[in-house]
Amino acid sequence: MDLRLLSERPSAEERSAVDALLGSPERGDGRVAVGGHAVRARRHLLLPALHALQDAAGAITRGGVAYISERLSIPPTDVFGVASFYELFEVDGPGGVTERPCDDIACMGRGVAPVGAGTHVEPSACLGQCDRGPAVLRHEPGRGYTVRTGGAIGGPIHQPRSQLRLLRRVGAVDPTSLDAYLDSGGFEALAKAKAMGGEAVIAELEASGLRGRGGAAFPVGRKWDGVRRAAGDKVVIANGDESEPGTFKDRVVMEDDPFAVVEALALFGFVTGAKEGFIYVRGEYPTAAARLEAAVAAAGERGLLDLAIEVRRGAGAYICGEETALFASIEGFRGEPRQKPPFPNEAGVFGRPTGINNIETLVTVLEVLRIGGATFAELGTEGSTGPKLFCVSGDVDRPGVYEVEFGATGRDLLDLAGGVAAGRALGAVLFGGAAGVFGGDDALDVPLTFEDTRAARLTIGAGALIVFDDTTDFEPVVERIARFFSDESCGQCVPCRVGTVRQGESLQRMFSNPASTPLEVRLLGDLAKAMDDSSICGLGRTASLAVRSAIDLGLVGAAHG
Amino acid sequence: MADLTLTIDGGTVTVPEGSTILDAVRSVGGDLPTLCHGPTLEPANVCRVCMVEVEGAGALVPSCSRVVDEGMVVHTDTDRARHSRTVVMELLASSADLERVDDRFSAWMEDHGADPARFTGATIEGRPAKVHDDLYVRDYARCILCYRCVDACGEQHQNTFAITVAGRGFDAHISTEFDVALPDSACVYCGNCIAVCPTGALEGKIAWDMKEAGTWDIDRQEVTRTVCSYCGVGCNLDIHTQEGAIVDVTSPEDHDVTLGNLCIKGRFGWSFVVSVDE
Repeated sequence: MDLRLLSERPSAEERSAVDALLGSPERGDGRVAVGGHAVRARRHLLLPALHALQDAAGAITRGGVAYISERLSIPPTDVFGVASFYELFEVDGPGGVTERPCDDIACMGRGVAPVGAGTHVEPSACLGQCDRGPAVLRHEPGRGYTVRTGGAIGGPIHQPRSQLRLLRRVGAVDPTSLDAYLDSGGFEALAKAKAMGGEAVIAELEASGLRGRGGAAFPVGRKWDGVRRAAGDKVVIANGDESEPGTFKDRVVMEDDPFAVVEALALFGFVTGAKEGFIYVRGEYPTAAARLEAAVAAAGERGLLDLAIEVRRGAGAYICGEETALFASIEGFRGEPRQKPPFPNEAGVFGRPTGINNIETLVTVLEVLRIGGATFAELGTEGSTGPKLFCVSGDVDRPGVYEVEFGATGRDLLDLAGGVAAGRALGAVLFGGAAGVFGGDDALDVPLTFEDTRAARLTIGAGALIVFDDTTDFEPVVERIARFFSDESCGQCVPCRVGTVRQGESLQRMFSNPASTPLEVRLLGDLAKAMDDSSICGLGRTASLAVRSAIDLGLVGAAHG
Repeated sequence: MADLTLTIDGGTVTVPEGSTILDAVRSVGGDLPTLCHGPTLEPANVCRVCMVEVEGAGALVPSCSRVVDEGMVVHTDTDRARHSRTVVMELLASSADLERVDDRFSAWMEDHGADPARFTGATIEGRPAKVHDDLYVRDYARCILCYRCVDACGEQHQNTFAITVAGRGFDAHISTEFDVALPDSACVYCGNCIAVCPTGALEGKIAWDMKEAGTWDIDRQEVTRTVCSYCGVGCNLDIHTQEGAIVDVTSPEDHDVTLGNLCIKGRFGWSFVVSVDE
């Protein structure tokens, strides 16, 4: 392909950062063409290459884009389109330090963290640090990302260790030491799986009743079996792009038990026959990415992996947690979801059969192998088996990740977290994060199982419970949720691109002119139906849930509703 | 290829395997609104005005891209499907200038009782058009982000890759790299983006000027099919004239070689015909 490049050239730092990733450029001798298919097959390195540029310069510059274009044989406009999709890339930005203070709903009550003087400031959606907010994500050229938080209250675990299965190593076993992991039973599940064979593992998973923990609750045995039966060169992916406001459990697992994620993905690969795997980590989780990279390297050096695993960093896009958007992101395209079918086990990343599970789901598979499917099925309830992680945040005494067996209620979790902060009364709980549903005091008695929440028109989502006390003004909370969706919409389909904006505008009109409430409520209902029915992916389909439930519950719009 | 049988609104329809629901609907004389669906392009699946209900599917499905399965049961006219299509049309018309979309679409809006005035707020209407040269105009206040121009400029037709969708959400827009001027971009002025644009956001300069001035009158226009004289490929040209003056040059999109595409010479290089110099 003949590329037409802008005249700007990269700085020495930019050039060496990209070369460090892609290797030194091949030089033609003037007679032999360099490039072609071999170069274009490396398109999937576009996102890492953009990270390299951002890390080097604190911005995505024209010269930097020209250099990536040249090295990967991607048209500059295409590189630009991809870079401009992601929040963390400062396209044509000023360079230097950028700080992103979280101003999202879980931390609202605690205010916004202070930022350094002379830095470029970009307020951010939830940074997934809700157990220790308020948080700031800082980026400094040459030094990468760091997270500054208010500090967790008493470490990551607030419950007796005897209650823990999934979190048993968190805060107790050195996450940087492979030996420590092996000493605590690490890689035993993988060994067991290899001894019993893939088919037997699937039988155990089916007996366990394990369902996916990412929000869709798909039976894990059936998913793995679908990938195992697919023909072709398969890929397995650990989805660590946790970005739902109020959700941070996968971060805790990735940071404090990274080898478990690596082992579980290796097991996924063994059972399905995949030889290649990715761990896609939210760009806002630098510690998780670093520990996972170290864990993959250490396990690989020790010969424990048959699967080639790459850790990929996201770059600030909630939508990339949606599986088909995640595929597009790994492939080096804009993180736009794709219409299903085809489903991932038929044509996933690179068009290859793909198995993809959330981080919590994968580490729960290790527990199924450890105790056996039948024993696992005895935990929890009949329709929702096993242990489950919940993220309790907002106005509680001890925000954090809590592990309970399915069947626990919101009240149980609230008690574990020390109750509503400062002894205040409850205002409402947001179950499932921004894509979730508000519930009042009575909702706290619903067992948080798939079946009970469905019957009560609540949701588990990915396991967030954001608690608001009785002094909360819910108007700014609901407006922030609406803005979250319009900010995070990829922009592809009309119901979501325009609908999420219209939803926010309608709320603003309603709040500034309460007399318009009945009209706006009707409009919001019409919008919600169209967004639910016609959006390409789950973002648009869930963008109205929290808003609608806040109105139904009388948290907003009550006076004239 | 085998034939498949499905049910559409209670009637039995048989179509060749690989047909879309939209193909099936049209095969029996029916129709559905479409905007992002370009006859010469892969479905982009983005505008969502063609949604229908398929039994067994949780959400509505885009009829322009969903391939028919044996025994599929489709409802095109339920309250649910109509509601969704109506709201989507309202959202589109409240956020961009749809005045120059073809008449069939306004007829669909009327048919559905779409009332865009219900939704006021952010809009790209009123953004100034980019009139930078004598060949074509980018009037992005009319852009509905259907991806057709990007696909035509890129790997589906032209392989030039001068434009992309940049940004995200409501701020997503069509752009060159860093929004540089077209001559600095990879643009070769083939105008194949104009050929696929459904809303008049991309338009030849003469046509755009006449539409702005209110002198463009399709009823007074004639189309003459001829063959481009520049090279040996022999692309068909449709010369659009209004009162004897050339106002536009296009290429038939149902031609299986050119698919409506031309190069800069064929599409824009015709002024010698009317040149009075020499």
